[in-house]
Amino acid sequence: MRLIRNLVRDKLGITSLLFLVLVMLMGVFAPIIAPHDPLAINMPLRYASPSWEHLLGNDHLGRDVLSRILYGIRASVLWIFLALIISVCIGTVMGFIAGYYRGIVDSIIMRICDVMLSFPVYVITIAIVGILGVGLENILFAFVLMKWAWFARIIRTSVLQYIEMEYVKYARTIGLSHRSIILRHILPLTFSDIAVVASSSMSSMILQISGLSFLGLGIKAPNAEWGMMLSEAREVMFTRPELMIAPGVAIISVVIGFNFLSDSLQVALNPELRQPSKIIE
Amino acid sequence: MLKVDHVDKSYNNNGFFKSSSRKILEDVSFECSQGECLGIIGESGSGKSTLGRLLIGIERPERGSIMINGESIFKRKNRKSKISVVFQDYRSSINPFFTVEDAILEPLRAINIEENLAVIIDKLLIQVGLSPSYKHKYPHELSGGEAQRVCIARAISTEPSYILFDEAISSLDVSIQLQILDLLKELKNSYKMGYIFITHDIQAATYICDRLLIFKDGRVQETIPTKDLHLVESPYAKKLLKNLILF
Repeated sequence: MRLIRNLVRDKLGITSLLFLVLVMLMGVFAPIIAPHDPLAINMPLRYASPSWEHLLGNDHLGRDVLSRILYGIRASVLWIFLALIISVCIGTVMGFIAGYYRGIVDSIIMRICDVMLSFPVYVITIAIVGILGVGLENILFAFVLMKWAWFARIIRTSVLQYIEMEYVKYARTIGLSHRSIILRHILPLTFSDIAVVASSSMSSMILQISGLSFLGLGIKAPNAEWGMMLSEAREVMFTRPELMIAPGVAIISVVIGFNFLSDSLQVALNPELRQPSKIIE
Repeated sequence: MLKVDHVDKSYNNNGFFKSSSRKILEDVSFECSQGECLGIIGESGSGKSTLGRLLIGIERPERGSIMINGESIFKRKNRKSKISVVFQDYRSSINPFFTVEDAILEPLRAINIEENLAVIIDKLLIQVGLSPSYKHKYPHELSGGEAQRVCIARAISTEPSYILFDEAISSLDVSIQLQILDLLKELKNSYKMGYIFITHDIQAATYICDRLLIFKDGRVQETIPTKDLHLVESPYAKKLLKNLILF
């Protein structure tokens, strides 16, 4: 509750949160709010400029850009967000186990992480897509498989740093359980690290999915995805540069939204970074 | 009553090819009865902080036992509300995300006290010489002495059998040290708790402790009541006293 109250006070934070929620809702309800079928080809309207009928114009096959952007939210934001949450959760659990209990468990988990991290993400993704077939879900699976190791390593380091704190020793002295020590004393402090790596990964994952879609490994051709829209626009970059604006702005604003939100979350969580509150006394 | 019985502790240096172990504590035994203040005096590296970690039950010795009222302190349940601790570093002693109130409530919540917690907190804060308005402050808004007082309030909140002070006053400046020592004396008289005072500061120790335990190289050199301090026998204790700068 305190977190929400502090976040509301931070205008930038609450704006980015509302923006991201709005974007995600638009993605979920794309079939209802999209003005046109994103796949309907309409050759007479090739490269048409924005009009009242097609607010963001039409692409090289005369498809409505606005509708494609709205449908693209599903692949570019919602699914990536889900994959990110899953890999952050796995990474957090593994990082906490390794950092908190240390010893042999730590060594085993860290060696597994080393193995995962020694493969380049793109290569392993292409390998997994090669085995399992083309499709967004396989790329996301590959991402979860690769990224958790990265999160686990960072979170472990963060846990190691806080576990030596004297309030943790105090909590152990008075006989608190490991669970409540982790939940009350370590997790809130590591959250800022988790938020930073997660939000920056969100951006890089959106861009990587775009890259892989461009290679033809992600979303299959007619379906909308922001990265793919961008690469389609790239072909006519010098004659019709305006086609890059819509997907470009969409990617940038979502990425910026996540970055601002993670900054604000850190401030909202950490009393040391917060402005002295005026309510007290 | 706290009973330390033939405790050994060593740390392993796990190298890649060979591991060596270094003995920190060797055959340490002593007792501390309820309401007594025992000072553990030793120089840096003598193993007194390791002993401190064993005494609060967060590390285990290789050999020997530490019992409180006949029960091992290495079981979490046995430590609850019986042992507490105040550390040297007041900056990291309180979770930065906790208010003073949250910090003091932590041990009280752990033992499910039924009474009115708000009243208890106000009372504790007054007892350690802070105004009840401090309870909404965060640790970074407190000075060193204030933070240490909050730690003391937190430590006495459950009226434990004994409290360990691990260099608890060493990082404070001299005038505040004296205030804290006086506060501790006062609290001891009203609560009848045992204190174990780990310090390198022999003057502070003689000011508050009933009995001193001189510690060197992981061994107990000598145990002596504070009033007979001039009668020490071991050569190390004599040297320690002689080197003391009196002012």
